[in-house]
Amino acid sequence: MPEARFRVKRYDPEAPVMIGARYDEFTVPYESSLTVLEGLFYIQEHLDGSLAFRYCCRAAVCGSCAMYINGTYRLACQTNVRHLHGDAITVEPMPHIPLVKDLVSDMTDFFAKYEAIKPYLMRNSKTPDAEIPQSEADRKKLDMPIDCIMCGCCYSSCPSVWGEGSYLGPAALLKAYRFEVDSRDEAGKTRLPSFDNERGIYRCHTITNCVEACPKELNPTEAIQWLKGATVRRRLLGRAK
Amino acid sequence: MIYHELIVVGGGLAGLRAAVEAKKAGVDVAIISQVWPGRSHSGAAQGGVNAALANHPESADDTWEKHAFDTVKGSDYLADQDAVAQMTKDAIPIIYEMEHWGCPFSRFEDGRIAQRPFGGAGYPRTCYGADKTGHYMLHTMVEKAYEAGVAMYVEWFVGRLIVDEGVCRGVVAYDMISGGWTAFGAEAVIMATGGAGRTYGNSTNAIISTGFGMAMAYHTGVPLKDLEFVQFHPTGLLTTNILMTEGARGEGGYLLNDLGERFMERYAPKAMELAPRDITSRSIQTEITEGRGIGGKGYVHLDLRHLGAQKIQEKLPGIRDLAIHFEGVDPIEEPIPIVPSQHYSMGGIDTDMDGATVLPGFFAAGECACVSVHGANRLGGNSLLETVVFGRRAGAAAAAYVKALEEKFDSSTAARRAIAEVEERIDRLADNAVDGEDPYAIRLEMTTTMKEHFGVFRDAATMRVGLDTMYELKERVARAGLRCTVGVFNLDMIRTVELEGMIDVALGIAAGALNRTESRGSHSRTDHPDRDDTNWLKHTLAFYQPEGPRLEMKPVALGMFEPQERTY
Repeated sequence: MPEARFRVKRYDPEAPVMIGARYDEFTVPYESSLTVLEGLFYIQEHLDGSLAFRYCCRAAVCGSCAMYINGTYRLACQTNVRHLHGDAITVEPMPHIPLVKDLVSDMTDFFAKYEAIKPYLMRNSKTPDAEIPQSEADRKKLDMPIDCIMCGCCYSSCPSVWGEGSYLGPAALLKAYRFEVDSRDEAGKTRLPSFDNERGIYRCHTITNCVEACPKELNPTEAIQWLKGATVRRRLLGRAK
Repeated sequence: MIYHELIVVGGGLAGLRAAVEAKKAGVDVAIISQVWPGRSHSGAAQGGVNAALANHPESADDTWEKHAFDTVKGSDYLADQDAVAQMTKDAIPIIYEMEHWGCPFSRFEDGRIAQRPFGGAGYPRTCYGADKTGHYMLHTMVEKAYEAGVAMYVEWFVGRLIVDEGVCRGVVAYDMISGGWTAFGAEAVIMATGGAGRTYGNSTNAIISTGFGMAMAYHTGVPLKDLEFVQFHPTGLLTTNILMTEGARGEGGYLLNDLGERFMERYAPKAMELAPRDITSRSIQTEITEGRGIGGKGYVHLDLRHLGAQKIQEKLPGIRDLAIHFEGVDPIEEPIPIVPSQHYSMGGIDTDMDGATVLPGFFAAGECACVSVHGANRLGGNSLLETVVFGRRAGAAAAAYVKALEEKFDSSTAARRAIAEVEERIDRLADNAVDGEDPYAIRLEMTTTMKEHFGVFRDAATMRVGLDTMYELKERVARAGLRCTVGVFNLDMIRTVELEGMIDVALGIAAGALNRTESRGSHSRTDHPDRDDTNWLKHTLAFYQPEGPRLEMKPVALGMFEPQERTY
């Protein structure tokens, strides 16, 4: 039976003082296939019941288990140990985000920023009895941003977030783009103040770490540049598109 | 003690929709959820949501009545027809409402919401957003709840209900981020915690779909209805049971056996791959049992190659990614190995059409509830629909209930008692830490037993053995040992506490299945192969007793459609 060696970074908020980082090593046996998430469950069930990590869908759609695995942003559920190199699998929480415990990051600010960009469709026109029509071409513009699973990889990877904690970050701005680009949205200038400010779009310096970090292969950088252009158009011409 | 007029447990589509409705009615409502609501299992739904919008060129004369008929026939006539009528009627405005709230449904050329064919449906009426409909609907609903200003307690695990003098008065919950148990006082509670898929070892469901919400209701004396009806989805990925949407067959995908035959011809010559899920799963299982699985092994193929790369990339990009990442198979190049997998709990907390239960102040909606609109077999595309239709109704009914209360009672004594009971239980589990039973060994035995003894095909002998094992596990789980009793994000505690509830729900499934001596919908017995309307056209109610479930029967609401033989 093959075995995988896990090196898991630990953090216990109730421990008196921690000097340096602590890594615990575990050996996990498996039959033919093992994801990192399955490995973490094995550890929690059989080797160390105190291990903390997030989980839910185990099918790469809920965004719970984003982690830093062998130095790369990954979803633990989608990462098979067979595809990892090296003699041990190093599992760490997403860097640059405060911790709750072990692999569980404190996502409070991340979600507060999402809420701050007013992530909902705004309408002034009378609501029709049936659907608001949308052309296939207009709908296609939404394909990229609506696939975001809010896992936080982009946010953790962004040097502008590290440098300025109040920066909204790539995920929230991708969501702002998702609504601003929607042909049905009539927010006009209503949503603008939430991202057209010193903690908004201008803090993106197109470093593109977010593009590389995204497990869904989305492009927040591009979305933010579109928002920059749309914001200028809105200010000068009164329209975004 | 934290107080809100209304507490909604669970932040999936049903819970969010209920909370939004109650908030609109002016009630102080809060959601308590084990995960950030946008991570709920609703988001894993793929293929779509049914509503007779008549947008598809082939569905111009579709109506809610036809949707109702398909649903009732699909349910093998066990669904309550008044509830089905309500759901299929409400479907049309509620899908438009989801669209108005921003849900990014795919579109037809004329700009209307796109619809695709789905299993057991007479018309193409399944509205979809690519193959990620649940994800799109769920995010839209979370965003709507943000806009409405619904309070959310995220990453709190609810451990029990507070019942004071026969009235539900709140819940006790563990704060995963800060640690510790807290009482939430409320005038009413809506349970919206999803299904019990993870009682099975071969489920498509999220790991948090444990059925624990059903168990909490069950333990207070609220009956669970029709638990024995467990849906097996025909197409779960072979190694992980991850869902491959029915939409793949809706778009024209084939099911093939080892001989390369489209074997559905033998079982459902008209509907072929778009027969309802119970029939399709049985057909696949029969092929496997008779040795026509791929290479004689326990799986068949879902073949999409003939659809072409473009159609797969446009209509089914999500399952393509899943097949590549989790099975190492690109559906554009190769057929996908699939196996029937536990998918949905038709049964659940016994409610009326407003989500109300026998316990005053306690409501339920979504998969944890059983209205019943799915009867013995749910049609694909009706579960997302149920969440929003009955989430809304439960939210409205709970809000009306709260507003009609003449005075508000102080339940702090009952709340203190409930917390003390939770803590006593944790202490009891902790006392077993050294020499108690291993909860994870019990969990594995439970999931294996349910998978092997209460699967697609059932018979008395196999089920009796399984039921005995479940009774034994129930005894053992009382002696389960808890190693970690304190601290934040304590998974050992959550998973050990929820296991006791899972075993009680699983035992209810097992007892109901052995008791029902007929075959109906998903409940297929080789020793009783026929449907028996004379004796069994009725719902099962399971009442919790420490020694095992007590079963009663409840009539089915008929009226619109006479039960007929079910062929496709």
